[in-house]
Amino acid sequence: MTGEEIARILGRLPELVNENEGLVRRGRTLSGEFLVQADDTPVHIRVHEGRIEAVETGPFRMRAWRFAIKAEADAWTRHWEAMPAPGYHDVIAMTRLGVARLEGDLQPLMAHLRYVKEVLALPRRFAKPTETGAGRA
Amino acid sequence: MAIQYEPILGRYATLDIGGRACRVYIEEAGQGIPLLCLHTAGSDGRQYRHMMTDPEITEHFRVIAFDLPWHGKSNPPVGFHEEEYRLTSDLYTDAILAVADAMELDRPAVIGCSMGGRVVLNLGAHHADRFRALIGVECADHQTSWYDTSWLHRGDVHGGEVCAAMVSGLVAPQSPDEYRWETLWGYMQSGPGIFKGDLYFYREDSDYRDRTHLIDTSRCPLYLLTGEYDYSCTPEDTERTAAAIDGAEAVIMKECGHFPMSENPAVFRDYLLPVLEQIRAGG
Repeated sequence: MTGEEIARILGRLPELVNENEGLVRRGRTLSGEFLVQADDTPVHIRVHEGRIEAVETGPFRMRAWRFAIKAEADAWTRHWEAMPAPGYHDVIAMTRLGVARLEGDLQPLMAHLRYVKEVLALPRRFAKPTETGAGRA
Repeated sequence: MAIQYEPILGRYATLDIGGRACRVYIEEAGQGIPLLCLHTAGSDGRQYRHMMTDPEITEHFRVIAFDLPWHGKSNPPVGFHEEEYRLTSDLYTDAILAVADAMELDRPAVIGCSMGGRVVLNLGAHHADRFRALIGVECADHQTSWYDTSWLHRGDVHGGEVCAAMVSGLVAPQSPDEYRWETLWGYMQSGPGIFKGDLYFYREDSDYRDRTHLIDTSRCPLYLLTGEYDYSCTPEDTERTAAAIDGAEAVIMKECGHFPMSENPAVFRDYLLPVLEQIRAGG
């Protein structure tokens, strides 16, 4: 997928997150803004008490955020496969692999790491069962 | 209906570890060759419960797991509240030898995972005559730091939550949810700063590249098993370690992560049973 296609999928996060009562509860102490980037495409996400209030795709001229999770579009694509390959199965694993990086003020991210990881893994539910990266290098 | 107890029995003993009295929790099941089990950093011996309830293992092995001081049901020593906990290579090795000596184990086999897998290399290099075989699960001779462990112990980040969240991706996606979350629960329960203190050993005080050449697998066989989804101790790390030790062979386990014995016991036993069979054959 391209960065723009990744951004379109991230645009569906409000419907995916906000109806998930448990996930919203886990994120209840997170309010603020963060950035997800796929290649050069930035996606700005605004959260209020665990609910996703807005998702906007850049480029932006002036836009603040607390922390950012930036990865190659290919890495997000592989992250969202039904059974992702080793290294692409987890955002922290992607940073270890060198295909993602964390930037900005990491305190709110680390304080809500489980929540953010679960939010960003949700598009995996759009994967077809046959889309599996497991077993490939 | 009568209560159905598991065959695991737990007891406490106070042992001298690193020159200090430590009240240690030890549990065991089975009979035969003693098999001493070493848990991962920031967790405890419950990770081995599936091996202790597997009749194919306990028929021939006395499976013993202890919680390191500061972990699980083992207390920290008196005065802990004034100290920063830091596990060292010497302290860890001393704890293992203290348990083996106190229990009068006759040349036990040892299985250790992650930091437990790391320390078996030190046992093989310096204490080979004390053990009949070593199994390093998620084992490598060293690891380069790849994240700032200070995040694991801060006032503004919940330690249990962040420790579990940092390691959650180390569980393979194929592992059953029940055991994934049980594995993470161990991290959620860890004492403040304990995972970070264990990682001091793992990151800073156990570069064993200087001693792998001392490991003589003809005196004490070494088996290495690593999960393909482990990005902490990667398959490449284990294969590099095996290549540096004559007679050591690395097996990469499919659909396994960093905690094979607790995250996916059904898959792990398929890799473990042949190793245990070889240990039995070796006497």
